[in-house]
Amino acid sequence: MTFRSTFLVTALSLALALPACLAAAENIKIGVAGAHSGDLASYGLPTVKAAELVAGDINARGGINGRQLELLIEDDACKPEIATNTATKLISMGVKVVIGHICSGATKAALPIYKEAGVIVISPSATNTELTLSGDYPNFYRTIFSDNVQARTIVDFTINDLAAKKIAILHDKGDYGKGLAEFAKTYVEEDESVELALYEGVTPGAVDYSAVVQKIKRSGADAVIYGGYHPEASKIVTQMRRKKMTIPFVSDDGVKDDTFIKIAGEYAEGVYATGPIDVTANPIGKAAREAHRREYGSEPGAFFDNAYTAALALTNALIKAGGTESEAVARVLRTEDVATPFGALHFDDQGDTTGATLAIYRVVNGRYVPIR
Amino acid sequence: MEYFVELFFSGLTRGAIYALIALGYTMVYGIIGLINFAHGEIYMIGAFTALIAATVLSLFNLPLPALLFLSLAAAVIWASAYGYTIERVAYRPLRGAPRLSPLISAIGMSIFLQNYVLLAQTPDFIPFPALIPEFAALEPYAGVVGSSDLVILLSTALIMLLLSLFIKFTRTGKAMRATAQDRTMAALVGINVNRIIAATFVVGSALAAVGGLLIASHVGQINCFIGFIAGIKAFTAAVLGGIGSIPGAVLGSLILGLTESFATGYVSSDYEDVFAFSLLVLILIFRPAGLLGKTSTEKV
Repeated sequence: MTFRSTFLVTALSLALALPACLAAAENIKIGVAGAHSGDLASYGLPTVKAAELVAGDINARGGINGRQLELLIEDDACKPEIATNTATKLISMGVKVVIGHICSGATKAALPIYKEAGVIVISPSATNTELTLSGDYPNFYRTIFSDNVQARTIVDFTINDLAAKKIAILHDKGDYGKGLAEFAKTYVEEDESVELALYEGVTPGAVDYSAVVQKIKRSGADAVIYGGYHPEASKIVTQMRRKKMTIPFVSDDGVKDDTFIKIAGEYAEGVYATGPIDVTANPIGKAAREAHRREYGSEPGAFFDNAYTAALALTNALIKAGGTESEAVARVLRTEDVATPFGALHFDDQGDTTGATLAIYRVVNGRYVPIR
Repeated sequence: MEYFVELFFSGLTRGAIYALIALGYTMVYGIIGLINFAHGEIYMIGAFTALIAATVLSLFNLPLPALLFLSLAAAVIWASAYGYTIERVAYRPLRGAPRLSPLISAIGMSIFLQNYVLLAQTPDFIPFPALIPEFAALEPYAGVVGSSDLVILLSTALIMLLLSLFIKFTRTGKAMRATAQDRTMAALVGINVNRIIAATFVVGSALAAVGGLLIASHVGQINCFIGFIAGIKAFTAAVLGGIGSIPGAVLGSLILGLTESFATGYVSSDYEDVFAFSLLVLILIFRPAGLLGKTSTEKV
């Protein structure tokens, strides 16, 4: 009896003491939001892993000022209407900094909510130009090139390297694909030496794109630029090739994913796509990849390097600012270089990175090979 | 003119694809007046089964036609089993309930099956092998109509013919028509109504599985959400043609496919859906029961 009551008292006092201990070293919460389910999960999950690796490293070294990093991972399935809920949920859980979101549309929907709450957001993959150039979201940063830079690169490449004279531009009507296609259209129209043969949006998820493929053929285009993601791109390329159209197909980083090659198979050969530059030679990039293999037993997926860069930049800012106070964090992000897989970089006033991150790839023997 | 022919064939193929799914919608509606929203998911499950069967069977180095027929058989059997089970667990218990209850149950089943496949298989798009052989004779016309387009067109025509004969002349078919006309009266003359309804689901699901295999092979990729969009379009086609009518489902599908194709070809693919659904609204204004639907007055 005495033993039991002693035990009870001890347990009770311990239980009371526990919250006090926790309060002394409260975790720093980092939100990780993006597409973790649905057909675009392959774009979002690598970011979760990158964040886990970086946070794990810092926690193993004792955290930031004795505070451990805690990741709160939330799925937005790449849907704007879910992303707003995701943002609200993260804010209500006390998050002050977020790595994400993955898709431009979802990011755009969530940003006003984060802005209201003074939350700093770093996206590894949202390329929509407006997000930074509009100046509406001073709390937003990204570790990827914006759509206008990407469209410029694609158009220059198509005109100069592929010697195209008549260009067809297609998009998937989404924020990302259409945004990119509109820039490409402007650049093609500005150039006197080339002609815009066709400019159209296709319906995502349709069972068949042969009508639009026939239309490309009729337009006499000698190159196709596509703004969008890989599921539609692979269907369009497949139907073009089956209809014996061999003109070059140039697309964006939404298509620069191995899933595209897996699905389009032999028809993927020769497709061009822009994507983040290859960082496997960079020591930090190399170490990150090795850590990924060790931890998860597989090669990292899409946007992993950008996500790793985002996580490094963010944690560096948290360390130097000594916490999550948003003005201090923002100042570090904008002024102090951090070593990343893409080299030393910081963010400009609009939230884009300093330094190039873009390259052009071509599918050769079932793999994306950098050509420039 | 050549461009017109090309667009015409694109539209026909698209229409035939919709028709393979629309037939199942229309059969079930015809017999129990229920819009089986899970039908698109049966189509998706048929495609997944065919993929799994084809992957396993390809280990045995079978010739392509054998591979095609065995995968087709697997898909048909498996999808029919799903169709039967869905009817048994989600719709039969609600037979006497108000019309909205089975409708909600159908939507629930649709969401359940999507997410079940998402968890059991993968959320990603996965490649689907080309099970339809490439005919060398069609090679010169590849720009207009490919092998898979032709196979889809012919299969749809054949299936519609067989289905019409089945409904018209077989014992089960006659029982189906009797059940569709008056369920109570059919039961009074000795028709096992529950079994006939189950049979309708099985036949509809088998057709969806055939569609699943052919369409997936044509498109070259599948994931767990393909049933949703295809289902919506096929449903639209079934309503357009007059829901409950089998030739109507095919006619509606072809009209929908051709409208989309010509809208893309001569106007812009941006407005593909606008044209398709404007047409639906127009037809329903002038023929509320659809093109071949029967206008029936509700008896009190």
